[in-house]
Amino acid sequence: MDERPVLELRGITKRFPGIVANDGVDFELRKGEVHALLGENGAGKSTLMNVVYGLYRPDEGDIRINGKAAELGSPKAAIESGVGMVHQHFMLIPVMTVAENIVLATEPVHSGILLDYAAAEKRVQEISTRFGLAVDPRAIVQDITVGQQQRVEILKALYRGADILVLDEPTAVLTPPQAQELFTIIRSLTEQGKSIIFISHKLNEVTEVADRITVLRRGKKVETLPAAGATEQGLARLMVGREVLLRVDKTAAQPTKALLSVEGLTVEDDRGIEQVRDVSFEVKGGEIVGIAGVDGNGQTELIDAIAGLRRSKAGKIVIGDEDVTGDSCKECLDAGLGHIPEDRQRRGLVLDFSLAENLALHDYDHPPASRYGWLYPKRLIEKARMLLQEFDVRGGGPHTRAGGLSGGNQQKVVLAREIDRNPKVLIAAQPTRGLDVGAIEFVHRRLVEERDEGRGVLLVSLELDEILSLSDRILVIFEGRIVGEFPPGVSEEELGVAMTGGGRRAAA
Amino acid sequence: MSEPGAPTPPEGGGKVENPRTGGDYAPSVARRYALAQRAGGIVVPLLTVILAFLIGGVVVFATTGSNPISTYKAIFEGAGLNWFVEIGSYELRLPFTDIHVPFPWNVDDIESTAAFNLQQTLINFVPLVLTGLAVGFAFRCGLFNIGGQGQYLAGAVIAVWVGSELPGLPGLVHILAAVVAGALVGALWAGIAGFLKAKVGTHEVISTIMLNWIAIWVGVFLFGLGGPLQNDTQPFVPVSNDILDESKLGILWGDPVLQALHVGFFVALAALVVYWIALNRTTLGYEVRAVGYSPEAARYGGISVARNYFLAMAISGLFAGLAGAIDIVGWAYRINTNDVMISSQIAFVGIAVALLGRNKAIGIGLSALLFASLVTGTSTRNLDPEIFRPELASNLTLLIQGLVVLFVGADVLILSLLGLRRRRRRAAAEAVSE
Repeated sequence: MDERPVLELRGITKRFPGIVANDGVDFELRKGEVHALLGENGAGKSTLMNVVYGLYRPDEGDIRINGKAAELGSPKAAIESGVGMVHQHFMLIPVMTVAENIVLATEPVHSGILLDYAAAEKRVQEISTRFGLAVDPRAIVQDITVGQQQRVEILKALYRGADILVLDEPTAVLTPPQAQELFTIIRSLTEQGKSIIFISHKLNEVTEVADRITVLRRGKKVETLPAAGATEQGLARLMVGREVLLRVDKTAAQPTKALLSVEGLTVEDDRGIEQVRDVSFEVKGGEIVGIAGVDGNGQTELIDAIAGLRRSKAGKIVIGDEDVTGDSCKECLDAGLGHIPEDRQRRGLVLDFSLAENLALHDYDHPPASRYGWLYPKRLIEKARMLLQEFDVRGGGPHTRAGGLSGGNQQKVVLAREIDRNPKVLIAAQPTRGLDVGAIEFVHRRLVEERDEGRGVLLVSLELDEILSLSDRILVIFEGRIVGEFPPGVSEEELGVAMTGGGRRAAA
Repeated sequence: MSEPGAPTPPEGGGKVENPRTGGDYAPSVARRYALAQRAGGIVVPLLTVILAFLIGGVVVFATTGSNPISTYKAIFEGAGLNWFVEIGSYELRLPFTDIHVPFPWNVDDIESTAAFNLQQTLINFVPLVLTGLAVGFAFRCGLFNIGGQGQYLAGAVIAVWVGSELPGLPGLVHILAAVVAGALVGALWAGIAGFLKAKVGTHEVISTIMLNWIAIWVGVFLFGLGGPLQNDTQPFVPVSNDILDESKLGILWGDPVLQALHVGFFVALAALVVYWIALNRTTLGYEVRAVGYSPEAARYGGISVARNYFLAMAISGLFAGLAGAIDIVGWAYRINTNDVMISSQIAFVGIAVALLGRNKAIGIGLSALLFASLVTGTSTRNLDPEIFRPELASNLTLLIQGLVVLFVGADVLILSLLGLRRRRRRAAAEAVSE
């Protein structure tokens, strides 16, 4: 590794109305290093990287690239200075080929106007061999895997001459084996002299892949430290500013009788394709059952069917003692189901409703919230006041609009509502997605408490860490089938293999 | 989303109270818009109106050379609003009693031009409130009921039929029968669109426009020459029978021979209250608003989105049908094929009323008053021809109406302009403090 900094940020300050997103941040990237940028949601990581990529102009501070002051007024200027960015959500055109996507905006042409396919493919081939990123230039982007799409994004940046690569939460969409592949790619890129900024909030990844780590908290730089010797516990403390429990404290499960049982369930999606195939399992009171799987293997359809939001094609669903097969969502909820939906902003909350109204989303139609169709807003507010306090929701009172809260507090509101209904079974779908460490800790602790109260908890998550640390039993779903059941002590590798179909070799 | 819940920082203050609510991104225009809307949102509609009148004035001057100020003054007087200017010590008799209370305006004056004009304005106010509420209620459920015209017509047609064809009913019962029948048929008419939306997802804008045309041509057929409901005495006039005298609404203010303000005025005021209560104090209103804000979240909460689409459309149509029925029993008393095409277009103004009034009861009341004044004040009958050619005047109403609709849609723009100024001010303040 070279000690020369290729990118220097000095005292970067970026203000937005009412908030300082970056407050005098210094950052330095050396040639050939992987520098991780770590911080909670809202710590200012994205703002800082948008400054580097020319999307935001800093209010104060300078940017130096290769020792020279750089004026990065636009992404175009950033690209010309050798900065490339791979966004968390890929910016690819799905119907075009890999080669077409890579050369986009700088297409090789012949006769002045016509795209020179052959030249494009050849150049893509060259660059992909040089950096060891195997892709098929002729493949259509929508047909290749997410991991490959990410490689295309990286190639796109390299093709444009990037020496500094910013990877924004690159592992969020990957399975563990795919993440390992990515790390291999990252190492080979740094060996060839590229420098990488790796944005993440996953502590284990950061310690694994980075050379140095810079931690941001509330817009300020807390510390830059070498990754060697950094512990997850120590990093978490730097991020949050206090001690956090990374592992959930819990006793052994004491399962009672089955509160949710699913038998031979088959569910089709809107296009009539079977997404859940002959699935059977049960969730007992006092246990957390985790469903692990790569996104899009039928988890959404499974939850929707249990919650009465989607009709099942075959099979039986029993909540408590009640057969709810084919019942409406309301009937399922009344039978004793609590549901923390996957997308709290779109499905969990009515963002334009006040917190009091949101908390009443199930109770509004019966006493004490209402009687004979007449609503008592004061009672909703009293109830909300109590729940907001119990669940430590900060940033607003009963009259606050739900959309005005931070993600963690929004999730607490959803949690409060669902738990307050005193459900027999609680479905938690991606309950901590996008939350920061502190909020994750709260949600996890609360889920374990509900388990200890004797409720059954069905946890569906794409985060293996979460599944492993919370579940008392782990089911793996692949292509709509439950392909295995594991005890909580199973290794991530073993789960990863099952999640990708078991037989398929994980190329790591 | 990589960072869900980009929080809204507190407006106006540079200091963040709770760092947890801090975020990476500046609040979007939509967020600030929502904030302003929650803050009562009186500023933007007012600016909208002022801007529309300013531009209207420029157009008046540029196209006709008339003085915009005297034109607006003529419209003001045409709407009878100058009646309020003459304040004195008069008395008002409380309804149903013999008690007289002091009142600043002369209600016994029923024949002066100002009083007459104001009566006409208030007559127009009634259907504008009701059709405004119709559009507003659907909006609150996330639906755009553009079929107020058809629903208004359906209500009017039934009211004419009940009012003219069922002799022997006692007065109050007859009036009630006509009004209730009109409202219900309006509900049915809009309910068709709601049902289609709920069951098969037909877009309500398309289906209500289609239903408008069905209503129009059914009306033309019914009252046209040889039509089943054409009048019995004049075979060459395409008009309905007059409704019977006992089914006419009582007069509140004015000369009945000329077209006086009827008690339907109170129905409109009551409808404003009912609208507010229905939305804010009933479980039905709660569901409607939840579906309107976020159908997906409502569905996940166990609320039937389809049922609410249907109900909201039906209730919306109820208001519009009521407007048509009240107009018939209040002052029109009959309907001709020309009315079918022309008069029912008042329902379109209801869209502007709801938009400007932000779908809130009080806002709809105020903007209905504004539009009623405009419609009346620019009518050929009321506007002073010395000042502005009346043939052009109703176009001026349409112009201002159009500008208001345009600016209501563009008030995010107005807000962002305001926000820009605020940001500059803050930046300047910070620069000084450093």
